[in-house]
Amino acid sequence: MRKLTSWALASALGLSALGATAFAQAEDIGLLNASYDPTRELYQAYNPLFSKWYKEQTGDDVTIEQSHGGSGSQARSIIDGLPADVATLALGYDIDAIADRTGKIPEDWQSAFPHNSAPYTSTIVFLVRKGNPKGIQDWDDLTRDGVEVITPNPKTSGGARWNFLAAWIYVLKRELGDLGKLDDPQYADEVKAAKVAAEEYVGNLYRHVPVLDSGARGATNTFVQRGLGDVLLAWENEAFLATQELGKDQFDIVVPSVSILAEPPVAVVEGNVKNKGEAAEKATHAYLEHLYSPEAQALAAANYYRPVNPESAAKEDLARFPDLELHTVNEVFGGWRNAQETYFDDGGVFDQIYQP
Amino acid sequence: MSTTQNILRPAQRTDMAPAESIPWVRYALSTLALLIIALFLILPLVAVLFEAFREGVGAYVDAITDPYTGHAILLTLITALICVPLNTLFGIAAAWCIARFQFPGRSLLTTLIDLPFSVSPVIAGLVFILIFGSQGWFGGWFAGHGFPIIFALPGIVLATMFVTLPFVARELIPLMQEQGAEQEEASIMLGASAWRMFWTITLPRIKWGLLYGIILCNARAMGEFGAVSVVSGHIRGATNTLPLHVEILYNEYQFSAAFAVATLLAGLAIVTLIIKSIVEWRQQRQWENASS
Repeated sequence: MRKLTSWALASALGLSALGATAFAQAEDIGLLNASYDPTRELYQAYNPLFSKWYKEQTGDDVTIEQSHGGSGSQARSIIDGLPADVATLALGYDIDAIADRTGKIPEDWQSAFPHNSAPYTSTIVFLVRKGNPKGIQDWDDLTRDGVEVITPNPKTSGGARWNFLAAWIYVLKRELGDLGKLDDPQYADEVKAAKVAAEEYVGNLYRHVPVLDSGARGATNTFVQRGLGDVLLAWENEAFLATQELGKDQFDIVVPSVSILAEPPVAVVEGNVKNKGEAAEKATHAYLEHLYSPEAQALAAANYYRPVNPESAAKEDLARFPDLELHTVNEVFGGWRNAQETYFDDGGVFDQIYQP
Repeated sequence: MSTTQNILRPAQRTDMAPAESIPWVRYALSTLALLIIALFLILPLVAVLFEAFREGVGAYVDAITDPYTGHAILLTLITALICVPLNTLFGIAAAWCIARFQFPGRSLLTTLIDLPFSVSPVIAGLVFILIFGSQGWFGGWFAGHGFPIIFALPGIVLATMFVTLPFVARELIPLMQEQGAEQEEASIMLGASAWRMFWTITLPRIKWGLLYGIILCNARAMGEFGAVSVVSGHIRGATNTLPLHVEILYNEYQFSAAFAVATLLAGLAIVTLIIKSIVEWRQQRQWENASS
């Protein structure tokens, strides 16, 4: 009996030694993904997919922890020392803020991954109550008498800044007809007049907002759960989620004529990763790279994000995304740093037009 | 917290005599009070229970036994286990100091103990970020030595301790001041050591007040949201306490699960209330015995 035990022990030891040589680099790696509110469901689905794939590729076990909050406050947390390995936020400016204040993210982070480091995109649409009782079709309808609009506070919420800029783009487009005129000095006067009109419209729009929530998820809950307002300016993915998962037959999505191409970016927080060893560094980069893989892109589409490589996504998922005219922040506002400084910093356009 | 003072003032009962002599005033007031209690206390509790079980007992059990919920419970318990004993020690020491000695800065100390009551918990959290965040005064040093404070257990404990600091001290100071030092002085005169005096004279006389303070301190430590929310970082399965977990579930549209976890906190509140009533009753008896 004793002999048997020692034999079993010896062979167990031998087997584990064999296992150790076969997976000489097999490691347990923990990653922390700091993200914004609406991506909860997406990363809940993506994390196990990545862990499985990475295990097959390298033998390493990767466990991913999630932290969610408003995009701006998540950036603030990383600046204050949240040990996030990747930042998957709502807009580029928040990642710029981490890069500027801590140096933990390289200045040129946007070129680290394809498509400006945005593996999925979205846009801003309107969510209205079933049957669209207020007859809302486009941006102009939002400022009619008796229409209440729900949108979060652009000072704190990434989604709200997209909302603000989308409204702004609409007016420029309405006034100018062609956004190419923005950079053409010969139309300078016309552009100036269009900007005045935009300021007037957006100011008027915010006078129709009864409550400014601090984040996109909070605004969705205000509209869906608390039943406030006639129209919610929302991420397309949030609008889909609300109609599909929360109240089938309670809401309709209205697609405006013009909106903004929202590119939620991803970045590796190099400063937090570099001390964790080579295996962790490799896994972290792979975690973001793999977001561009066919299976992850299909997953993004299934979670109502527009995939940047749509070829592999399910046809019925893609069919849900309506065609509409979309413009980018770079094209209209010359990048997020400019947009942030002009519109959202203290004393910027938002402060001038919004009087609570 | 002013229970002891109320008990000490039997005169109050005679103040109420005029109202008592007009029956309808008495009934109207009682009905009003009961209505307000039903509206503000009972109804929300019923709503929490109703929402928690809306999707059935199975969903409720799933929510409670979820590993993330388990971790949130564990973290909340650990935090309370660290904070409550430390604040108990501090409370006894501070109350002793203030009730038994005269020294310069004594009233300043009394005021400072109350500070956490008057500061918004969010501000308390932000202050710790300012001090221990990686952009803060000492945060870089701690993180550099592999001991991060913010977005980790130490930060959560610090924030909770700050918020719950006054509970025990506030309970003991008026009690010990009322009791006076005569019995303690007598024991010292009779040759008892300071240690023996504490265990045989001081502690037995303050035990119910002390227990009352500990219960309140514990309830707040487990239920604190604001300050902890600021320093937590909201990492699931790592820095999420029970109240934060409720918020996360709610934000993930898992309403039933959110309310299921909320019943744990509600249960804690009810247990606290029951123990508190028992302690209050014992405390009152002790007072009546002492004064007769």
